[in-house]
Amino acid sequence: MKTREELRAIRERAKAALAVRDSEGGPRVVVAMGTCGIAAGAREIMSALLDELSSRGLSDVSVTQTGCRGLCDREPMVEVVVPGQPGVSYCRLTPQAMRRIVADHLVNGQVVNEYAIGAGTEA
Amino acid sequence: MRELSLHILDIARNSIEAGATALQITVAEQPATDTLELTVRDNGRGMDEDTARRATDAFFTTRETRKVGLGLPLLRATCERCGGTLEVRSRPGEGTEVHGTMRLTHVDRPPLGDMGKVVQALALEADRTSLRYRHQTPARRFELDTHELRKELGGVPVTDPRVLCWLAEFVKNGIVSTGSKA
Repeated sequence: MKTREELRAIRERAKAALAVRDSEGGPRVVVAMGTCGIAAGAREIMSALLDELSSRGLSDVSVTQTGCRGLCDREPMVEVVVPGQPGVSYCRLTPQAMRRIVADHLVNGQVVNEYAIGAGTEA
Repeated sequence: MRELSLHILDIARNSIEAGATALQITVAEQPATDTLELTVRDNGRGMDEDTARRATDAFFTTRETRKVGLGLPLLRATCERCGGTLEVRSRPGEGTEVHGTMRLTHVDRPPLGDMGKVVQALALEADRTSLRYRHQTPARRFELDTHELRKELGGVPVTDPRVLCWLAEFVKNGIVSTGSKA
């Protein structure tokens, strides 16, 4: 059961980390949340992403949302942008694939080719 | 859409795209009249009368990249299939209210589904668009306001992944605590 007390504990832990982290210029994940993305499961991708970032303590990764990108049949899609590297779009994701992208791409710097559709950022 | 909460997420995304700074979502279960009511209200840029009227038509969109817009038409189809209606009220410069009804016990009515994860995704925009979610049953009301949450967090962003994970569970449990049958 999630309680207000738990929230206060999160707040104290997060405050301690705020002092040392620099979120400017960190990696970015853009989740497509148009009608097509949502219908294809984008909400589950988002929650898997946030859960993975939370449990790995990766609070310097910024998560944003965008609308339909015109590739509705390839949803759910996300774009991963690591500073200094070309952005990578991932498509037809599952929550498990999203978790793998966090581990392989965001943590270890390895693009997950299986789900990538091409390099180059649009955002 | 397999869940009503996904429709709500989709409609609420429109509010965010419309530049809303305040978003209010209400789900009300009224067993006495066999009604489920959902409302998404924003203070975004709004629409003129003609645009609001045509917004539930799948072949109308204000976008120039594509010829269709399916969010509102899909929700309208769901409401009508379940013995209810969908109304869109809007005023330019003031905001938009989308109000849908359904028969609570209609066999075709999709379940509400995981509203916690929907609030989580919408709260990611809390810096620009504050969200108030209300869930009402005859027995109880549950309410979550990201503006209040922000105050409680004192400097820690609502968008911190740990906060958002807490939020999804908190809302889910809150809705259960109202005795929801949706």
